[in-house]
Amino acid sequence: MEQPVCGEFTFLTGKGMSAMVSSNASSASVVEESTVPGTDLGAVDNILEQHQHDSTELIAILLDVQDVLGYLSPLALTHISEHLSAPLTEIYGIATFFKQFRLDPPGRHQFTVCTGTACHVRGAVHVVDEFERRLGICAGETTPDLEYGLETVNCIGACALGPVVIIDGDYVGQMSAMKVPRLLRRLERDREEAAE
Amino acid sequence: MSKVEAIRSFAELEDLHGVLVERRQGERPRISVCTGTGCVACGATKVVETFKKILDEKGLSDSVELKSTGCHGFCEMGPLVTLGPSGYFYPSVRPGDVQKIIERTVLEGEIVEELLYKDPQTGEKVEHEAEVPFYKHQQRIILAENGHLDPNDLEDFIAIGGYKALAHTLGSMSPDEVVDSVTRSGLAGRGGAGFLTGRKWDIARRQPGEPKYIVCNADEGDPGAYMDRSILEGNPHRVIEGMGIGAYAIGARQGFIYVRHEYPLAVERITKAIDDARSACLLGEEILGTGFSFDLKVVRGAGAFVCGEETALIASLEGHKGEPRQRPPFPAESGFQGKPTIINNVETWANVPHIINNGPDWYAAYGSKDSKGTKIFSLVGKVNNTGLVEVPMGTSIRSIVFDIGGGIPKGKAFKAVQTGGPAGGCLPAELLDLPIDFEALQEAGTIMGSGGLIVMDEDTCMVDVARYFTKFLEEESCGKCYSCRKGTQRMRELLDDICEGRGTMAHLDLLEELGQAVNTASMCGLGQNAATPMLSTLRYFRNEYIEHIKDHNCSAGVCTALIRYKILEDLCDGCAACAKVCPVEAITGEKDQLHVIDIEACVKCGTCLEVCAKDAVVVISGGGE
Repeated sequence: MEQPVCGEFTFLTGKGMSAMVSSNASSASVVEESTVPGTDLGAVDNILEQHQHDSTELIAILLDVQDVLGYLSPLALTHISEHLSAPLTEIYGIATFFKQFRLDPPGRHQFTVCTGTACHVRGAVHVVDEFERRLGICAGETTPDLEYGLETVNCIGACALGPVVIIDGDYVGQMSAMKVPRLLRRLERDREEAAE
Repeated sequence: MSKVEAIRSFAELEDLHGVLVERRQGERPRISVCTGTGCVACGATKVVETFKKILDEKGLSDSVELKSTGCHGFCEMGPLVTLGPSGYFYPSVRPGDVQKIIERTVLEGEIVEELLYKDPQTGEKVEHEAEVPFYKHQQRIILAENGHLDPNDLEDFIAIGGYKALAHTLGSMSPDEVVDSVTRSGLAGRGGAGFLTGRKWDIARRQPGEPKYIVCNADEGDPGAYMDRSILEGNPHRVIEGMGIGAYAIGARQGFIYVRHEYPLAVERITKAIDDARSACLLGEEILGTGFSFDLKVVRGAGAFVCGEETALIASLEGHKGEPRQRPPFPAESGFQGKPTIINNVETWANVPHIINNGPDWYAAYGSKDSKGTKIFSLVGKVNNTGLVEVPMGTSIRSIVFDIGGGIPKGKAFKAVQTGGPAGGCLPAELLDLPIDFEALQEAGTIMGSGGLIVMDEDTCMVDVARYFTKFLEEESCGKCYSCRKGTQRMRELLDDICEGRGTMAHLDLLEELGQAVNTASMCGLGQNAATPMLSTLRYFRNEYIEHIKDHNCSAGVCTALIRYKILEDLCDGCAACAKVCPVEAITGEKDQLHVIDIEACVKCGTCLEVCAKDAVVVISGGGE
């Protein structure tokens, strides 16, 4: 198992921007399929409607869109830009300024490792490293099959349980590098059972 | 829980209060389960479900009250359950304990001995929450209410005298009298800056611009601090009431609650509380039948530490990137959309009704000479009793860490406590008797911040801690000021050098010079304290830096470039447990024979150390063998 080389400013070179540039040129030709994450523009329209197409509500709009689509897809961002008559650069600026926003699709199973101070002094970094090794991705990325996503968060306020990992919304406390493989095996087993 | 109908006069509020108090007398047996985030993470939801199920099965659902309350603060021991009217307290309750609790305590009034909290110091069992050492040494004004309230039930809040302060303010105080009361109480901003709240209100009140706005800053971005979330989740109406009083004082008709999107439960509860307050005529048009109207809107933050800074928060409220701007003009003069705007943090707002109810002198009697009232701290890290602690300002660090926190786990030595969040500083053992108030902390080279207290023991490397915070600030710097944007990066690179064995003594001089420049030349609170974690550790733990540089020794065994793992020959029994779990297969050895770690392949994850039952794996640093 190799430790992936994880750069520090991934968003500057990340897939988000290049995907956006290419989709910008050909957004009309993108085939809408409900199976492809991030293409449900009907949902985006509903959200724009709820916020009355008010561009001062941009942050709330982006949060809502992400809640529905799982991430801010290039298609969704260009769509929002057109409908709010706001430049795409401004929207991209906001989407990259705030930590909450994701420009790549999340995994079907999402691991969120808390790296707040209390978790850090109890060894959260080893937990992140182990996830990166086992999944072959860096924090902030998703496996190519979109099965697993890994991200870190600054603090979730469950400091008594640190290090904490949130797995699909459930809190798992007192984590360590050693417990990571067991956790992954359990998920793999569930997945195989579901497939059968 | 029933919906509260519109209350159209002070008399109606008083009547309702009377009815609710009476209804609660001769109480039914009550089971309160803490459902704050800490307890939920420990399984509180399942415990509540189990209570519900068994009460249903036994036909007790009507005769026994089951209540999900806000955070009690003792997160280490969650899920917490208290029983009424006896007041018995059971920590760490599992679904399997529920049957026992119902049959023995609720129905028979007996104590379930084995579920009681055991004082680790004396070994004695404790029956009531208030007698637990963790609570005994606290002075809980704000947090005490959390344990009694169902945050989703407005009636509950009115029953404990909720919205009485708002009614009193609207009925018998002029706005000037409110400002004067808050000023005389000595209440200072609980978000960390420590500016007198009353004085800030006075500035906004005198400003000519209309309309005026008030904001509740619930963008709690300090890792390791979660008191604001607990208040918002556990007692949302107290915050709404405080904001109503503030709005009346400065003449605002519209307010915002700016809360992190990462706190979904807080968003949900405050949104519901606002709706309930509005339909009860405690918010919105003509509050309590008076001519005063004021409404609130919840705005979600999208995760940016810098948005805790007032001007950055305002930019984000307006739908822009959260970049701060130069002050003056201060938001109290020119804030949201250029209008006078008062921003106070959650804890500050929650204090206001108590000051109105009990008077400014009562409030000022708590605390130290210059810092008044109580303060909530979140006590986390290497400490036995993790949780939220409310004490009078001026309480010593020793009292908080040892009397309340129960000291350091596993008999390890206390090394430092970090205050003030990522832009705060670390204080060493010599300063354990320092009273915590705004002035004393500043003199010691750190800040109060929002009240995070992170305890560190001998296994914490102070250089690594400095690097952790500097990296955090580097990532959170908005990039507007060069000194902060580039300064945090360069400081982090220098700290990387030291942690990875490339440091020289010249690094320390450079760090100090750079740190002074960053703190002096940056514009907002983030940049002006960006070097504080590094400077404070350098001031109090300089030797640790020098050990890293001269001996390549990280005595805490944290900096991976300077440590290696070794298996001790005389302790290893060759069980191969370490070889099985090593993620990089760096451990080899025959069964029942000494195992060896391949240092080249080892990634220093510590898994072997954790799994070894014989304590045969050790960390070595520097020249040590």
